[in-house]
Amino acid sequence: MVQWTAEEKQLIAGIWGRVSVEECGAEALARLLIVYPWTQRFFDNFGNLSSPTAIVGNPRVRAHGKKVLTSFGEAIKNLDNLKGTYSKLSELHCEKLHVDPENFRLLGDILVIVLATHFTKDFTPACQATWQKLVGVVAHALARNYH
Amino acid sequence: VLTAEDKKLIQQVWGKLGGAEEEVGADALWRMFHSYPPTKTYFPHFDLSQGSDQIRAHGKKVLCALSGAIKNLDNLSQALSELSNLHAYNLRVDPPRFSLQFLSQCLQVSLATRLGKEYTPEVHSALDKFMSAVASVLAEKYR
Repeated sequence: MVQWTAEEKQLIAGIWGRVSVEECGAEALARLLIVYPWTQRFFDNFGNLSSPTAIVGNPRVRAHGKKVLTSFGEAIKNLDNLKGTYSKLSELHCEKLHVDPENFRLLGDILVIVLATHFTKDFTPACQATWQKLVGVVAHALARNYH
Repeated sequence: VLTAEDKKLIQQVWGKLGGAEEEVGADALWRMFHSYPPTKTYFPHFDLSQGSDQIRAHGKKVLCALSGAIKNLDNLSQALSELSNLHAYNLRVDPPRFSLQFLSQCLQVSLATRLGKEYTPEVHSALDKFMSAVASVLAEKYR
């Protein structure tokens, strides 16, 4: 099981407490679709994804981004049981959504960059290290029930 | 493939560094060592404490090499040819696909903390593509 030091939990909570889940979620998902355009394959029915501007303004992207980051919030509330927390979602992503787990790593890295743009110098190297660990562990939990 | 727009954005962003190459380079390296401890295995001969002279010097070296590449975006293969040889035959860093990906992430975070909102999705995309292209060139001669 992944261990979290008190400092790491502090660094996570400190940032999370200041995050707008709606804004950051929307931004992270939009950037995923912009920076790695092939990920658009999972969102064919989202409407206009023809340009960065279209993607950023797309209401379905924003809504879905919010959903994804809200779920991330669940992970943060359950750092000691990520496996259990993401068990169903993992099955969903494998069996229904057919998402290659590599995409979880991509989204995680993008989320870290989004946080860096929001928190600038407050996003210290120690902060980044903790959050890279967190997104890695979430990605792993999501990939766990793939078969 | 880097579009004309990508190239413009990369050069613009890089221009904003204005002499802070050493600082950004050192920051990116430090972040990389901190977030991805296995990358330290390539520097057993370094003082890896925060702010060490070696990290600063190496960070500056790396950023200057990237600056050189940015001045030659139309011919990265040639611009990075020497470095490509070095990485393949001397340094033999685990295929850049892995390690450069960590440096790329940390360099981008370092830039993002400096630029905040100016690190737009378009800039992010252009830089990510650039670092990816650099990694490809550096990996060209591995085998």
